[in-house]
Amino acid sequence: MKSKLVLFIIGFIVWSLLTWPLDFQHLIAGLMVAAFVAFITGDLFSRRPHHFGHITRYIWFCYYVPMFLWECLKANIDVALRVLNPKLPINPGIVKVKTTLKSDTGLTFLANSITLTPGTLCVDIDTEKGILYIHWIDVKTQDTDKATELIVSPFEKILKKIFE
Amino acid sequence: MNNLQHAAGIIFIVIGLGFDIFGCIGLIRLPDVYNRLQATTKCVTLGTCSILLGTFILKGLGTTGIKAILVAIFLLLTSPVAAHALARGAHKSGVKLWPKSVMDKYEQDGN
Amino acid sequence: MKNLRWLMGFGVLAASLLFIMLYPIPFLLSWQSGFLAHCFFILMLCFAMCLFRVMAGPTPADRAVAIDTLGILIVGFCAILSIPTGRDWYLDIAIAWALQSFIGALALAKYLEGRGFDE
Repeated sequence: MKSKLVLFIIGFIVWSLLTWPLDFQHLIAGLMVAAFVAFITGDLFSRRPHHFGHITRYIWFCYYVPMFLWECLKANIDVALRVLNPKLPINPGIVKVKTTLKSDTGLTFLANSITLTPGTLCVDIDTEKGILYIHWIDVKTQDTDKATELIVSPFEKILKKIFE
Repeated sequence: MNNLQHAAGIIFIVIGLGFDIFGCIGLIRLPDVYNRLQATTKCVTLGTCSILLGTFILKGLGTTGIKAILVAIFLLLTSPVAAHALARGAHKSGVKLWPKSVMDKYEQDGN
Repeated sequence: MKNLRWLMGFGVLAASLLFIMLYPIPFLLSWQSGFLAHCFFILMLCFAMCLFRVMAGPTPADRAVAIDTLGILIVGFCAILSIPTGRDWYLDIAIAWALQSFIGALALAKYLEGRGFDE
């Protein structure tokens, strides 16, 4: 029930942003559509909806977004320099790293962060064992623990506070 | 103020176009599906988000600007998921890594 | 058969390059400033590179990657097109195209994995 309510609020906000100059008719239609969608697919949205009430999670999320964008910019400059270099300095390979995150949303955000940060691309996730296979464009170490230290740990600490 | 707004929007659009074209050069030059996927996912996604941010700055808080911000958020959320699915599909369909690659733990683990 | 495919690919590439050469078409210039014409020129170069990768990619996965990239580029193209014309439904097209490109990429990935659509 709580999950349906959260989905209804998010859907209504997105609808009113899409039809931005706020209008009475658009708001009525948005209420009906958001209620319908929340009634049908609300149970699939979140397994632990009480997490949406914690304020500290939002504060950590506000800390996470600028850091993510900064890493993203660094990744772009890194890839552009590699591509424009005439010698093409790449040294690719697939490495294995470990994670301690368990929830689905947390793993999804971790994979997205890894994909958009310098030189790494998530290839597959093993949810039960907590293993990620990562394609690295410039392999610095072949050891699992050192690779975990280099790739996963800066995001994992923050994402654990947001999603676990 | 209006001049400053215009200049900031134009600068964001130029940066985005630059990243777009670097990503496409990477799509041509790099030797392997996974490397190409890295270049295009990073560069083209952030380049297009930068173009949309420039549109938002040029247009202000109207209908167009808010829709541009929504599309940018949507792209940042979905593009890595599509890249992840394509990389996994490519590996399952038997595309080998570049012969000069260092290692392939994914194949060693029997997937 | 293979020669025919390459001929068709080169035909598409030549048509796109010809369009790039002739890009300041006079009847478009009523609302096109010089800066936006340069933007369109750069985006057309990106499209031509993606089309080349679709044509020449050695494996099906390369072609899927190029199609996905083309979808994201078209979203940016719609955004730039909405600036000089001032019509906000170009952004509606961009939203629909982003959704459809994402779903198409997922379907292509599933096809590459060799699974059916009901698993």
